[in-house]
Amino acid sequence: MDKSTIKYILKRLAISVVTLLVIVLVLFLLMKMMPGTPFNDEKLTETQKAAIYAAYGLDKPVLEQFWIYICNMLKGDFGISYAIQRNMSVSALVGPRIGVSFGLGIGAVIIGTIFGILLGIVAALNRNTFWDTFATVLSVIGVSIPSFVFCLLLLILLGVQWPVLPVLYNSSNPLQSSIIPMVALSMGVIANVARFTRSEMIEVMGSEYIQLAEAKGISRRHLIFHHAIRNCLIPVITVLGPIIVGLMTGSMVIEKICAIPGLGSLLVKAIEVRDYNVILAVSFLYSVLYIVVMLIVDVAYGIIDPRIRLGKDEA
Amino acid sequence: MSEKQPILKIRDLDISFKTDGGNVKAVRGVDLDLHRGETIAIVGESGSGKSVTTKAVMGILAGNGTINNGTIEYTYADLSPERITEVQEKYDGVIPEGYLKPEELKTVDIVKSTPKFIQSEIRGRRIAMVFQDPMTSLDPTMTIGKQVMEAMRFHYNTPKKEAWKRAVRLLELVGITDAEKRMKNYPHQLSGGMRQRVVIAIALSCDPEVLICDEPTTALDVTIQAKILELIKEIQKKKDLSVIYITHDLGVVAKVADYVNVMYAGRIIETGTVNEIFYDPRHPYTWGLLASMPDVDSSDDELYTIPGTPPNMLHEPKGDAFAPRNRFALKIDEKLAPPMFQLTPTHKVASWLAAPEAPKVDMPEDLKKRIDRMKKEADINV
Repeated sequence: MDKSTIKYILKRLAISVVTLLVIVLVLFLLMKMMPGTPFNDEKLTETQKAAIYAAYGLDKPVLEQFWIYICNMLKGDFGISYAIQRNMSVSALVGPRIGVSFGLGIGAVIIGTIFGILLGIVAALNRNTFWDTFATVLSVIGVSIPSFVFCLLLLILLGVQWPVLPVLYNSSNPLQSSIIPMVALSMGVIANVARFTRSEMIEVMGSEYIQLAEAKGISRRHLIFHHAIRNCLIPVITVLGPIIVGLMTGSMVIEKICAIPGLGSLLVKAIEVRDYNVILAVSFLYSVLYIVVMLIVDVAYGIIDPRIRLGKDEA
Repeated sequence: MSEKQPILKIRDLDISFKTDGGNVKAVRGVDLDLHRGETIAIVGESGSGKSVTTKAVMGILAGNGTINNGTIEYTYADLSPERITEVQEKYDGVIPEGYLKPEELKTVDIVKSTPKFIQSEIRGRRIAMVFQDPMTSLDPTMTIGKQVMEAMRFHYNTPKKEAWKRAVRLLELVGITDAEKRMKNYPHQLSGGMRQRVVIAIALSCDPEVLICDEPTTALDVTIQAKILELIKEIQKKKDLSVIYITHDLGVVAKVADYVNVMYAGRIIETGTVNEIFYDPRHPYTWGLLASMPDVDSSDDELYTIPGTPPNMLHEPKGDAFAPRNRFALKIDEKLAPPMFQLTPTHKVASWLAAPEAPKVDMPEDLKKRIDRMKKEADINV
């Protein structure tokens, strides 16, 4: 990596820190505005509640709480859970769930990207044939139907009608119980990637450099693998960022449906019971992920496309 | 033209394209001969069928195009691998006169060949092409070196090291300085003229016998145009190439061609040596083309244009396709397309004006004066 790339990454990271601070502040304020508290027990008297508030420091002014939270966060302390697992540290609560959720997400992205690209390329190379129509119909279905509907359909088919896969998540067999949610999540990715790849591939195949390469007398296979695919995949990388981020929200519902002990279901539950610190920590994690994914996509684009990579030292 | 078997002999070529509106007749009975070491030019407006004809030779017609009729006979040296190495090492890829044994000469009809045969034996390997726009015709994500080496690696399995050396030599041949360094460059790091040199190097990479240049200078600056033409000419001499120029630029034709074919609406309407076409044109369309060439000495402020537009080839015109734009059109032009009239052994024209019964029509006065000027200039230059 050359100097300008490193400088660019550092600049982006600096902006990210500010963004994250703003995100945490907004979350903080929003949560304080939310009706209800983590201690919604009817048996508690007002004085008892006040005592709990004081014990957790929730009686202080919002900005002071925010300041304390940020200071603790920088030390790696995300506070403790108020409701889900009372007094358990949030790090201990969230930690083991990260792997489960990310495993699911990464699996879905890999499956979705591979099949999406394949489908898009096959459709573009067999334009106006059965395969093209098939891919188009599949893309429209994939884009328009939410992933949890797929998840439910798959559960009915493969979990209930022909019970080959578990309906609920079984932590002793994570691989098998991840198949249905992973496939359901990947449908949207397949659809988006396929649509984009198809249109890119059609454009590339009509370009003059493909004609010139064809005029060299190389085989069609060589032409497609050495010239067409590389050029059509570069722009596909740009859509992967938003797609990965979209997966995060999709996975929340699916984790809830399949009872997967992941981040998504934890966040939903934390919001239900107003477990402030858990909401903050998980949202913060999602924000970090979002920023990192976007940064990786931007940098990767520059590395893969020589026009961007070398553009700077030319000028 | 000589009596020898031409390298490329096109007869009665007829190509049409299926479109939503119906069948478009792009090429309607083209005859063409190309001999070794010669340069022919195909001149015509956009859509006259000049590019389509050469694409048929290369076997790269668009998916909706079909060759309905005709032959494209290509005669080439079918050498054993040892003989190929001999030619490459001893003669730098140029087959000397009398080197070939008669049984090593092979003639194939490209129209009847399988796509696989054209791809692996002819396209890029024996007949190569230089494209029009160097800004878009190089793969933006592949280094120059890789693109130059690709065809030889594919066709001849040239080892990497040797291919590299050959590619550097080719880049030097086409006038790229610092070739070794340029090999690792990407197309966007080169100027338009440089890129066109690379495109030429790519075309030459397999020592082809025929080079098709599809408007090779249209997209370039005027100052670079002349250099590229010079370069192609020089390489043609060195490598004993036969060249087909496709162009609408008569200035280019005058500089490079031995023979000129004027195409209109899918047909060759006049063919002859460069002198015959420029100094003694017979077809009213050729007159129009010559008259519309910008000229320093023209007294008029306005440029001459041929009135009207080319016919829509969705409906094949009845009679002479040029008749509606031709102020010299005869009555018969509306009913019957003219045949080729032979004027000299090399000069042929498809116009009823050349028929013995036709009234005597001379070219416009202005053009006559202009041709006289051109002749004088040519005399001075010689």
